[in-house]
Amino acid sequence: MRKVFKALAKPFTETAGLARWMLVIGIVITAVFVICAIFAPLLAPYGFDQTSADGVQFVKREAPSGDHVFGTDRLLFDVLSRTIWGARTAIEVVVLSIVICVFVGVPMGLISGYYGGWLDRILLLIMDALFAFPSFLLAIVFAFLLTNKLPSGGFSGVLAVSLSLSVIYVPQYYRVVRNTTVSAKEATYVEAARAIGASDFVIMRRYLFGNVVQSVPVIGTLNAADAILTLAGLGFLGLGIQSTEAAEWGHDLNRALADAGSGIWWTGLYPGLAIVLLVTGLTLVGEGLNETINPTLRRRRLLPVVMTPREGDR
Amino acid sequence: MTRSASGSLPRYILQRTLLVIPMIWVILTLVFFVLRVAPGDPVSAALGGKLDDEALDQRRAALGFDRPLIEQYWDYLSSVARLDFGTTFSDNQSVLHVVRDNGGATLSLTIVAFIIALMVGVPLGLVAGRYRDSLPDVLIRLFGILSYAAPIFFVGFLLQAYLAKPLGLPTSGMATPQTIFNVEEHTHILLIDVFLNGNSIYIEDVLKHLILPATTLGLLICGVFIRLVRVNILQTMQSDYVEAAEARGLARRKVTWRHAFRNALVPVITVIGLQFALLLGGAVLTESTFNWPGLGQKLVDYINDRDYGAVQGIITIFAVAVVLISLLVDIVNALIDPRVRY
Amino acid sequence: MSVEFVEPPYVDSGEPVISARDVRVWYGTTRGAIRAVDGVSFDLAPGETLGLVGESGCGKSTLGRGLMGLLPQGAKRDGEVWFKGREILGMKAKDNYRLRGHELGMIFQEPLTRLNPLMRISDHFEESIKQHDPGATKDAIRARALEALRLMGIPPTRYRSYPHEFSGGMRQRLMIALALVLRPSFVVADEPTTALDVLVEAQIVQILNDLRRNFHTSLLLITHNVGIVAEACDRVAVMYAGRIVEQGRVTDVFENPQHPYTRELLRSTISLNTTGLNFIPGSPPDLVDPPDGCRFHPRCPDAMAVCATKNPVTLDRVGGGRVECWLVGPHEQIPPGGTQPLKQEELAVADEA
Repeated sequence: MRKVFKALAKPFTETAGLARWMLVIGIVITAVFVICAIFAPLLAPYGFDQTSADGVQFVKREAPSGDHVFGTDRLLFDVLSRTIWGARTAIEVVVLSIVICVFVGVPMGLISGYYGGWLDRILLLIMDALFAFPSFLLAIVFAFLLTNKLPSGGFSGVLAVSLSLSVIYVPQYYRVVRNTTVSAKEATYVEAARAIGASDFVIMRRYLFGNVVQSVPVIGTLNAADAILTLAGLGFLGLGIQSTEAAEWGHDLNRALADAGSGIWWTGLYPGLAIVLLVTGLTLVGEGLNETINPTLRRRRLLPVVMTPREGDR
Repeated sequence: MTRSASGSLPRYILQRTLLVIPMIWVILTLVFFVLRVAPGDPVSAALGGKLDDEALDQRRAALGFDRPLIEQYWDYLSSVARLDFGTTFSDNQSVLHVVRDNGGATLSLTIVAFIIALMVGVPLGLVAGRYRDSLPDVLIRLFGILSYAAPIFFVGFLLQAYLAKPLGLPTSGMATPQTIFNVEEHTHILLIDVFLNGNSIYIEDVLKHLILPATTLGLLICGVFIRLVRVNILQTMQSDYVEAAEARGLARRKVTWRHAFRNALVPVITVIGLQFALLLGGAVLTESTFNWPGLGQKLVDYINDRDYGAVQGIITIFAVAVVLISLLVDIVNALIDPRVRY
Repeated sequence: MSVEFVEPPYVDSGEPVISARDVRVWYGTTRGAIRAVDGVSFDLAPGETLGLVGESGCGKSTLGRGLMGLLPQGAKRDGEVWFKGREILGMKAKDNYRLRGHELGMIFQEPLTRLNPLMRISDHFEESIKQHDPGATKDAIRARALEALRLMGIPPTRYRSYPHEFSGGMRQRLMIALALVLRPSFVVADEPTTALDVLVEAQIVQILNDLRRNFHTSLLLITHNVGIVAEACDRVAVMYAGRIVEQGRVTDVFENPQHPYTRELLRSTISLNTTGLNFIPGSPPDLVDPPDGCRFHPRCPDAMAVCATKNPVTLDRVGGGRVECWLVGPHEQIPPGGTQPLKQEELAVADEA
């Protein structure tokens, strides 16, 4: 227990100055959004697709006021509520896409790295091609192919977008897992396991998986910020999640763009700020971690050197 | 990269160029199968409701959709080799014409944005890296993170809502209709054509239209440059040859410029090739935000029309462009860094 | 490599070029300060070569870097270093920096990464010479650089090559040429041959040996190789756990080592007539919290009770040089019963730490 705590605290205890602050601020911002996502029904004054309360219709594009602190947009939605519910959509999509990536990328990397041969080569080639391709265009193409193709329901938009995002990030998981596997399978304990006749499946599950899975959170953190931006970009282009299905910041900004010229700022400002804040928070966490993990960037917290007065006989 | 006498620049360029062919093949194969294996019928998706069943069947036969997949694949590859990128389904145009008419707008937008990003991002990154953990470093990094974290369309929204009117800058399109009507087409790139035309009123109009979109897109890439340059500076500042130069008593200014900055910028050039992919993605969003009549905007239109032919053609062209740019970057890199040639 | 006792020509010209007095260099770490160099004194006459030997981690590289001012963030140094009549440790950083290159030179351990890969050899020479001699013409620079290269056995045709076109040994010779072309009075060579193979090593040692004749440079040669000291140095300083435990003329020290550590170090060197391998049991102490008394006492075969409690006193060696060991003296300062042999358990405990 103490060991786990120590390992978790390591990025804090071993970093100095700026990197430490970045990490702390990033975690606080991210935590606020996660809380918003979990408790959205309690925190938001209205539902994300609610256009009336107590039988009274909301006013279209109403400026911020007591009832609607952030105002309303042209579909009569309450901007504050949609901003809070948007956190839920964003976190849902990011978590779902990371889960998909782990379930697809990790086994693929394990098998590819462990068996090698032609399968490995073909997978590598495909993954490299996917990686070289402009990621946002890739997401667009997949969102284009997947929308309206999945079984309809409240969740299909979220699922379609999550799948589109996974396509972008799977190559990274695959690459890292494959390379770790290739080097880990030469390790003595794996050789020993093979020598006592463990099956390939057992070796991969018991000996390699544990080694390989450690890198997943790091890639996840680094990709989360990018995933939020891609999600919003797809929403802005009208691909993926529809307004009535869930609140999505990018899509709301698309609707707000038409208001920009006419002085209606509140419909776009708040969802936009939400994106900026969350992405900044995640980036700070990623950079902070990077500075603690990457030895060329790391600046350890050194104890100040205080030279003791000289002893008389030396 | 072994030290062999056979290593020379022309040879390296030849090898690198030959490598492009299999890369393009893999990417084309991926594009083809991803778009073709997807469920549903592309022709009825694009034209369903507009034509009757018989006409739809005719279109399918004309486009070869009734033939085996492998034959269609071969057709696709061989037509791309002939630089024929197919036709759109919805308005039956050659994709190459779509690219000719809209590619210039995308090209001028991305290149100007790129130049803005370079001119702002690289110096800021150098300063941040050289004076690590100082106040300028903190501010520059914050700016870098924010410029990356702010989505293009949000920056666009802010500029349109707060900056466009006071500065008198247009927020939509690449020129007024009058300018577009009066400037003769020579190169299909308005930014060049307007200079060929020479009328200062039109030039001003085009440049004014360019400012906001190019700044928005440039800001996105600028954050990436700051980060990249800063990290590379930090690493070269710690390198052995920088310490050795200091041990020889070389003035700090010279150590910083000749040994740290120059060496830090070499890997940056390599990574610029990857930024091109980011730039293309950003261009799609910028064009949508500012109603810029480029290829990205066109792609979004075709996607909304569910036009598989157009999407496949445009994506193919983007893919080929990305591979060629990375080739170009590698060649430039070889010219700068003597080690690469060996 | 065998330890041969050849008498090197010793030029005695009075005033030392560099003279260190009680120098300390401590590093900051997450655990506390590492006392890498903890009270070191030595003198170096013009044209003289002082070999600094010891195990890895004993602080010899830190001492060399400390003299040059090339220390990582958070490190501190004190004491006095007099260079040509000026004290350089207390100097302003800027003035200290100005001495580098043409007064204080440095040759590093790993030649492969010390040259800027994007710059030609000629660029390296030009910028270095220009820095210290701004008025030099292009032809003069070229002539000086080519002369330095010639002395290192590098043909002038390679002048405009890039660093990656040279082998490791050639790059080390380039680094030496680059340091010496500025004609510094004092050069620190930090394990200059460690990264090279044996044949190249011999070549570099030969070059360092010729330094006195060609450049009249004083050299602090840091190495863990006793053989190199025997071949290339006039005097030797043996360092252990941040202290110089014994120093003197190479012939004196090697023929008649006074400190048990020197003796053990010499015995553990392989020579042609070695029949078995000797080694010093245990490992160097943790310099964050070094042992009380003599720092070598946990590993010393001759340790006495006094060694574990009282710091040894620095004495003049018989026949020149200095040594600090209670075996040598001063006997009148040893408390009663202090000469009892130290119990063996101590060694096991130190081993575990």
